[in-house]
Amino acid sequence: MGRRLKQLTKRNETYVSLVVLALCLLIEVRSGQFFTANNLVDIASAMVVPGLFAVGTFMVIVSGGIDVSFPALASLTSYATTKMLLDAGYTGGVWLPILISMAMGALLGAFNGIFIGLLGLPAMIVTLGSSSVFKGVMQGALGSVQLAVIPPGMRAFGTSSLFTATNPVSGLTSRMPVGFLALVAILLLSFFIMRYTFFGRGIYAIGGNEASAHRAGFNTKRTKFLLYVFVGMVASLAGLIRTCMMQQNHPTNMLGMEMNIIAGVVLGGTAISGGAGSLTGCMLGTLLIVIVENSMILIGIPTIWKSVFVGALIIIGTGVSAYQVVRANRVRSTRRLTGESKA
Amino acid sequence: MMTKYAGKKPGFFSRVDQHVLRLLLVMAVWMVFMALTRASRFYTLINFQTMASQFPEFGLMSLGVMLCMITGGIDLSPVGVANLTAILMALVLKQLTPAVGGSLPIYAIPLVFLLGAAIGACLGVLNGLLVSKVRIPPILATLGMSELLTGVSIVITNGAAVSGLPVEYAMTVNSKIGALVPVQLVIFACMAIIVWFLLNRTTFGTKIYLLGTNPQAARFSGLKNDRLIISTYMISGITAALGGLVMLANYNSARANYGGVYVLQCILVVVLGGVSPTGGKGRISGVVLAIVLLRMLETGINRFPQISSYYISLIWGGVLLLVMVLDYFSNGRRYLRWKRKMPF
Repeated sequence: MGRRLKQLTKRNETYVSLVVLALCLLIEVRSGQFFTANNLVDIASAMVVPGLFAVGTFMVIVSGGIDVSFPALASLTSYATTKMLLDAGYTGGVWLPILISMAMGALLGAFNGIFIGLLGLPAMIVTLGSSSVFKGVMQGALGSVQLAVIPPGMRAFGTSSLFTATNPVSGLTSRMPVGFLALVAILLLSFFIMRYTFFGRGIYAIGGNEASAHRAGFNTKRTKFLLYVFVGMVASLAGLIRTCMMQQNHPTNMLGMEMNIIAGVVLGGTAISGGAGSLTGCMLGTLLIVIVENSMILIGIPTIWKSVFVGALIIIGTGVSAYQVVRANRVRSTRRLTGESKA
Repeated sequence: MMTKYAGKKPGFFSRVDQHVLRLLLVMAVWMVFMALTRASRFYTLINFQTMASQFPEFGLMSLGVMLCMITGGIDLSPVGVANLTAILMALVLKQLTPAVGGSLPIYAIPLVFLLGAAIGACLGVLNGLLVSKVRIPPILATLGMSELLTGVSIVITNGAAVSGLPVEYAMTVNSKIGALVPVQLVIFACMAIIVWFLLNRTTFGTKIYLLGTNPQAARFSGLKNDRLIISTYMISGITAALGGLVMLANYNSARANYGGVYVLQCILVVVLGGVSPTGGKGRISGVVLAIVLLRMLETGINRFPQISSYYISLIWGGVLLLVMVLDYFSNGRRYLRWKRKMPF
């Protein structure tokens, strides 16, 4: 028991969950509204899209890369899908839109994958460039405008709910969207991939040391290429679900989300240099960001303070874990009398 | 270098960086194209003056980003710094204006520039401390700072624009020296010359190139890495703040969300200009050329009304990817080194 506890204190997830818990309690004490059924369902529903994005971002960061193009990718695929089906007068179910947008997502992901995986160019610069290209295609070539109507099948999917939670005091109700199942499914799938498949272990190996992974027999080029294809598909799924849940398609309002998502993933203990991190931590970090973004109003902090808190959270969160590494290295280096190791 | 050229003076083309050469080529092609299609509307004095007053905004920020990238880091906070500085200085300017009908005191504008640069320097030092002492990866530290500063700007202004500035400020910064050279261009040129001097004529420049090439070697050579990083981010803060002051004059107002696209643009021009994202490499001439080229491309495209201005972002992204692919095929080996060193 003691050893297990000691192991727990070494894990980043423990600290993040403590912070999340403390924040929840603080909000609960200040407002008495946090642990109500409808608020919890609201948070779960607000988690769907960031959660999906975070899974993709997590996998990319573990592989030692970084992706800042996923909001542009998701905006482009969800806009193109919605527009196409609207023009065709599509009235069927939600499966076709999901298939179409995920196919497009795979294609655009492959675009990233060719540059990053096959040519080995730096991921940060490539995805900055490709996000600019995706935006240009959406706003220039497709001439995107806000779509106030979406096909009925998508609308039905967005409004249908698993169950409805009611707050006994205020009488406010919140729906648990069916889209939440998509998050659960993708989480299970990526958990399986990352833990039990050769592909997933390859992602960790490449993030740890690409040259060693290559020598050990991983096909690093193919793994990275497929990774970006997969991430493109997950991101486009998130984009489509967001469109369904909002009942409209606003082409630009996802842009700019990338930084908060990356922050959440890194807060959850994923090493920005790659090779280490867990899905649990990634979800906890994202949950932290979502709670800060959604529940500040409950403790009486006006929404204009949101950016201040998110920014401070990024600096403090990453600062604490970075400083721990510095201290660990300092102890080790004074012991061995060797030089620094670059974080 | 000395042994390579022993007994022979290097020719012009071997001295000029290949990135610079390529940018000059693209620029020449674009200028010829504009001359053939829209000569009367592109080749006018006023058009060039307009361009020269527009690019210093993000040009100034890019200079700082370039220095950070040479050290192997990156600065994503210039827009946050610029907006916060612009907002604070706008408030100062409003305070300095006499209530009844008077004009701005003569010392106001130099004071605003000094104060703005000081604020930028402080914020830059903060970035530098986070990167060097706390050891947060630069991309996250500056990202967090950017979010934080934007947040502070929103809180100060309540999200609204600060306007109603004394007219003298915008008039001074927007004026043209000798009715020819825009003041913004002069500010940019001064900063560019200072950065050139720092990089090529001082030990500071040599040191940051070494730091970017190999931080461990730099440490063992007795360099104070932390102090170098802090001064680099400080300079970046100053250039960003000056960019903010130019922006304040160009818009004649300040707001927390102005210039959102500039973060991407800064990184774009710096990489286009031949600065290696892993550090240790890059010249000011390439970056300045890239800045001017981007402005010319954008202005040129605007001369074709049938082309949506949204295509510009498509072209920028495309150009960035194209340049990297060209580099890959012309000089593939270098990227193998990038891959080893670059975390992302």
